[in-house]
Amino acid sequence: MCTTCGCASGNARVEGDALHSGHDHHEHEHHHDHGHHHHSHTLDNHHHDHHHSHQHGDHGDLHYGKGAAGAHAPGLSQARMVQIEQDILGKNDRYAAENRARFAAANMLALNLVSSPGSGKTTLLTRTLEENSGRYQAGVIEGDQQTANDADRIRATGVKAVQINTGKGCHLDAHMVGHALEQFELGERGVLFIENVGNLVCPAAFDLGEAHKVAILSVTEGEDKPLKYPDMFHAADLMILNKTDLLPYLDFDVDQCIEYARRVNPDIEVIQLSARSGEGMNLWYQWIEDRHDALLQQKLDQLEAQAAALRASLEKQP
Amino acid sequence: MHEMSLAEGVIQVLEQSAASEGFTRVKTVWLEIGQLSHVEPEAMRFCFDAVCRNTLAEGALLEIIELPGTGWCHECSKEFAYQARYEPCPHCGGYQVQMTGGDEMRIKELEVE
Repeated sequence: MCTTCGCASGNARVEGDALHSGHDHHEHEHHHDHGHHHHSHTLDNHHHDHHHSHQHGDHGDLHYGKGAAGAHAPGLSQARMVQIEQDILGKNDRYAAENRARFAAANMLALNLVSSPGSGKTTLLTRTLEENSGRYQAGVIEGDQQTANDADRIRATGVKAVQINTGKGCHLDAHMVGHALEQFELGERGVLFIENVGNLVCPAAFDLGEAHKVAILSVTEGEDKPLKYPDMFHAADLMILNKTDLLPYLDFDVDQCIEYARRVNPDIEVIQLSARSGEGMNLWYQWIEDRHDALLQQKLDQLEAQAAALRASLEKQP
Repeated sequence: MHEMSLAEGVIQVLEQSAASEGFTRVKTVWLEIGQLSHVEPEAMRFCFDAVCRNTLAEGALLEIIELPGTGWCHECSKEFAYQARYEPCPHCGGYQVQMTGGDEMRIKELEVE
């Protein structure tokens, strides 16, 4: 990945198509003054000005996302307008719907675990798998930019794991997960854990077909992370506060952290635990079972409604 | 920088539309981006320029229509302008707020030839 802008450089691929090569976009001129201004791209074969929509704060902080919308009227050429009206994530969402249908058909609970790197996701997972080996069949999809280290740690517990290396990518998408799913044959009532790339920003946007996103925050991080990364905590249904065995040595304010998370997401559930010491792990195991039961109940209700409709339709027959 | 993936997704939609609508070049793309969506417009512009190279949208203008965020307060039963997901309801100061608009990420229309 480019260390200047974080862009995917020449390796960006969506389904095997190299979509751009070279890296010369960095050579555009970028002049910063305070307030609203334009910059010019010198390398494009046209010359267009962008409305610059970030603002400079009191301390020189850059704040994006507060600018006015750019306005543009189409030129009077032979060009024509085409209405598209399509979601940018439409393709991902279609793959996610396919994954969701596969999970539903197999009565499988899929959980998308998201966090910053180093929050203890893999340790949480390995302990969870070891302590629930007799209760349900589990599978794990591991997302990392590189290495199969995490999948190896999972496999050491005897559980099937598939590593997805995203290369330059910063998140898993539903298409990658769909491919990984082909390698699983989980029995009835399985649980699939998808450990996303450690990143509190990008994975928030991508539905993988999971039943729930679970955000893991360790108490060695700041308690204001839910405010700093609101999209992720908004997208999650459960926040796990991990490494609580370290609380006596830290200034982390648990109540404040939970209050911040509920500002962003009033409905978010919270479980405090330590994957290392084991305290609170039972709450997490119970949550998984409850969510799995709820999923099955939902499916049963749907099937019963369908059965009732079918019965009513038969009874109407002469 | 998930905007790179999103920009690549835009190009895919353009390529599919080119086949179905019969055009060969895209001159302008209008995106509707909600204030509370997962897209930072500035990053999207940057990535869009990068991924357009050697495609039917090479040199295309990107116009971003930013849509306002709106929230609904369950305590007050009122809608209000919602700038960020951690903001309280401006009427009661509470956080029982549901986002009702502003998470759009849509390709609205194209100028093509």
